Amino acid sequence: MKCLEYVAKELFRRHGIPTPSGIVVTTPEQIDSTAVPGPVALKAQVLIGGRGKAGGIQFASSVPEARQKAAAILAMKIRGFPVHSLLIEPKLDIARELYLSILIDRAARLPVILASAAGGIEIESVPEEQLFRRTIDPLIGLQPYITRELNAKLGLTGETATQVATIVQQAYEVFVQEDAELVEINPLVITTQGKVLAGDGKLVIDNDALFRHKDLPEQKADEFTDLEAEARAKGIAFIQLEGDIGVIANGAGLTMATLDALTLVGGAPGIFLDLGGTDDPRQVTGAFELMLKAHPKVIFLNIFGGITKCDTVASGVVAALKGIAAPPPVIVRIKGLNEVQAKGILADAGLTSVDYLEEGAQRAVDLHPGTARGA
Amino acid sequence: MAILLDLSTRLLIQGITGHQGTFHAQACREFGTYVAAGVTPGKGGTTQGGVPVFDTVAQAVAAQRPNVSLIFVPARFAMDAVFEAIDAGGIQTVIVITEHIPFHDALRMVTYARLRGVRIVGPNCPGVISPCQAVKAGIMPSSIFTAGDHAVISRSGTLTYEIVHHMSVNGLGQSTVLGLGGDPVVGTTFIEALALLQADPETEKIVLVGEIGGSAEEDAAAYITQHVTKPVVAYIAGHSAPEGKRMGHAGAIITRGKGTAASKAHALEKAGVAVAKRPFEVPQLLKKA
Repeated sequence: MKCLEYVAKELFRRHGIPTPSGIVVTTPEQIDSTAVPGPVALKAQVLIGGRGKAGGIQFASSVPEARQKAAAILAMKIRGFPVHSLLIEPKLDIARELYLSILIDRAARLPVILASAAGGIEIESVPEEQLFRRTIDPLIGLQPYITRELNAKLGLTGETATQVATIVQQAYEVFVQEDAELVEINPLVITTQGKVLAGDGKLVIDNDALFRHKDLPEQKADEFTDLEAEARAKGIAFIQLEGDIGVIANGAGLTMATLDALTLVGGAPGIFLDLGGTDDPRQVTGAFELMLKAHPKVIFLNIFGGITKCDTVASGVVAALKGIAAPPPVIVRIKGLNEVQAKGILADAGLTSVDYLEEGAQRAVDLHPGTARGA
Repeated sequence: MAILLDLSTRLLIQGITGHQGTFHAQACREFGTYVAAGVTPGKGGTTQGGVPVFDTVAQAVAAQRPNVSLIFVPARFAMDAVFEAIDAGGIQTVIVITEHIPFHDALRMVTYARLRGVRIVGPNCPGVISPCQAVKAGIMPSSIFTAGDHAVISRSGTLTYEIVHHMSVNGLGQSTVLGLGGDPVVGTTFIEALALLQADPETEKIVLVGEIGGSAEEDAAAYITQHVTKPVVAYIAGHSAPEGKRMGHAGAIITRGKGTAASKAHALEKAGVAVAKRPFEVPQLLKKA
C-alpha cells in the first residue's frame, strides 16, 4: 500500500522523526489563520511522482491567497490522478537537502540504506560513488556504527550528524515495525537554524502485512481503479491495461505469458486476471463477473489445471455467462486436471476449447484485431 | 542424484492436516515420496493417511528423522514454522509453499537459514520434483512430468507446468524441476540453483523460466557466463507488462525502468542462452542446444 505524504509523515512522527507541523484540508474553506501562521507550502496529496512540476506544490502567505491556490490545486488532475486533499505546512528555511531511503536489495536479500549529500533530486541521477549504500543484516538490525559510516560518507559532523544518526535509526524502525517495502525521505532538510527534518515522505507498506497494522491513518487515494479495488477485496489479482482483450489465466507467470502471446500476434490485452489456485466454482464465477464488468471485446480464458481443476473453472464460467444477455465472445484453452469433464461442461454451453495457448491467442485476435486504446 | 530431493529424502509436512496439506501429502506419496511425518500443533498422536502426526517438529525429528520439510502453514504463522524446522536439527531443506508471507518475515527466515546452513526454497513456490528419482515435495500436477535429464528452474508455477508439458510431449524428460517462488525475497535464487545443477550428473541441459521484476535473471546470466558449461534455454514472461504494476506475483514489477523482460532476455542471450519467445519453442531450442 502506497501512503500519501501526510500518512507517511504521521507514521514517521509516531517513531520520532521530526517533520514540519502540517494540516490536511479537503476544501479551501477549511483553511483559516491557524493553517497559515506565516508563509506556507500547499502540497497536493497524490500517489504519483512529479507533482511539483505539474503545479501541485505552491506557496502562499495569507489565508485568501492560500484558499485561492488551494482551490486551483484541488481542481487539478496530476497525471490523471484527482487531488482529494492538500497538506499545508510552514515554508522551511532550507540550508541543505540530503537524501535517505531504506528498501530491499533483492539480489542480496537484505535491507539496504541509501543516502546522499545531494537531496531533493532523483536518486538515480546521483553518481554511484557519491551514494552511501549499505546492506543491513535483519538479525542484528541497524547498529550505531552504520550511522557513523553514513555520516562520514556524507561529510556530516557535530549536531547535524547526531540528528541524522537518530533519524536514520528511526527510519529503520519505521521500515521494520511498519512492515515497509520503502521508506524514503527526500529531501531530508537541514534548516538555516540547524534543525534536521523530513521535508517529504514516501512510504510503501507490504500488503501482505496489513493484517498486523490495523491502526494506519486513513487516506483517500486512487492507487487502483474501482474494479481493481473490488478485485483486491475479493483476493483476485486484476489489473486494467490499455487494450480491450480480457485475459483470465491461473497463476501469475501463465497470465503474463498469455498477455505476451496475444501481443506477439498483434492483440492488445486490456485485463490481466490471475485466478490463482482455486477449487471453488463460486470464486471462478466471481472473477468472471468482474471481467464482464470491464467490458472487454473478447475474453481469452487460459487454464493449465494442476491444483485448479479444469471442471471447476468450466462450471464457474458457465454459471457466470448464464446471467448475461449478450456476452462477449469467449475463447477457451483448458488443459490439465479433469480436462475431459471440463470440455464436456463447456460444450454443453456452446463453448469449445483450443489445444494450444498460441492458437487461442490467434483466435482471440482474429475476432477482435483492435489496437491499444489511444494508440 | 538429481538435486535437493532423491531416494534418501524423508519428507516432513508441516500443516499436514489442513485442506492443502492432506491433499498434497497423498499426491507426494503417490508419486513415490517417502513421507516420514507430519506436524500440526494440537493433532499430535493421530495419523493422516497412515503418516504419523506430531505436535512439534522436535518430536517428529526424534521419532522419524525427516531431512526435508514441506510447509503448508498459513502466512501469518509460516515464519514460526520455518524457524522451528531450522532449529529442530537434521532438516537440510525447507520448502515453503505458502503465499502472501509478509516480506519482512521472509527476510528473517532466509537470513536465519543462511546462518544455520539450511536451504529454503520459496516462499510462494510450487515446490521441487525430481522425476528421475520419483520424488516430489510440492503441489505440481504429477501427471505432466516424465523422467529424463533436463532440469527446469522457474519463478512461476503454472507457467512451468505449461513448459514441462511441452517438454514431456516432445520426449524431453526432467531430472529436477525447481520452483523458486514469485516473491521479492526467496531462499534459493537462480544462481544457487544453477550451481547445484551444473554439479548434478543427472542433469544435461537446463531450462530457466524467468519473469519481470528484480535482477535475478540478469545476475543468472552473469553467473552462466562464468560458471555454467551445460546448455541453458530460457523463457521470460512479462514482455507486455506495464511499468509500476505488480503482475500477480509480489516480485513481478517493473520499477523505474528496471527489471523488464527485454533487459532479462538480452542479458541471457549475451550469455549464450537461447531465449524462447513462446513457451512451445522451449523443446525445439532444447533439441538444438
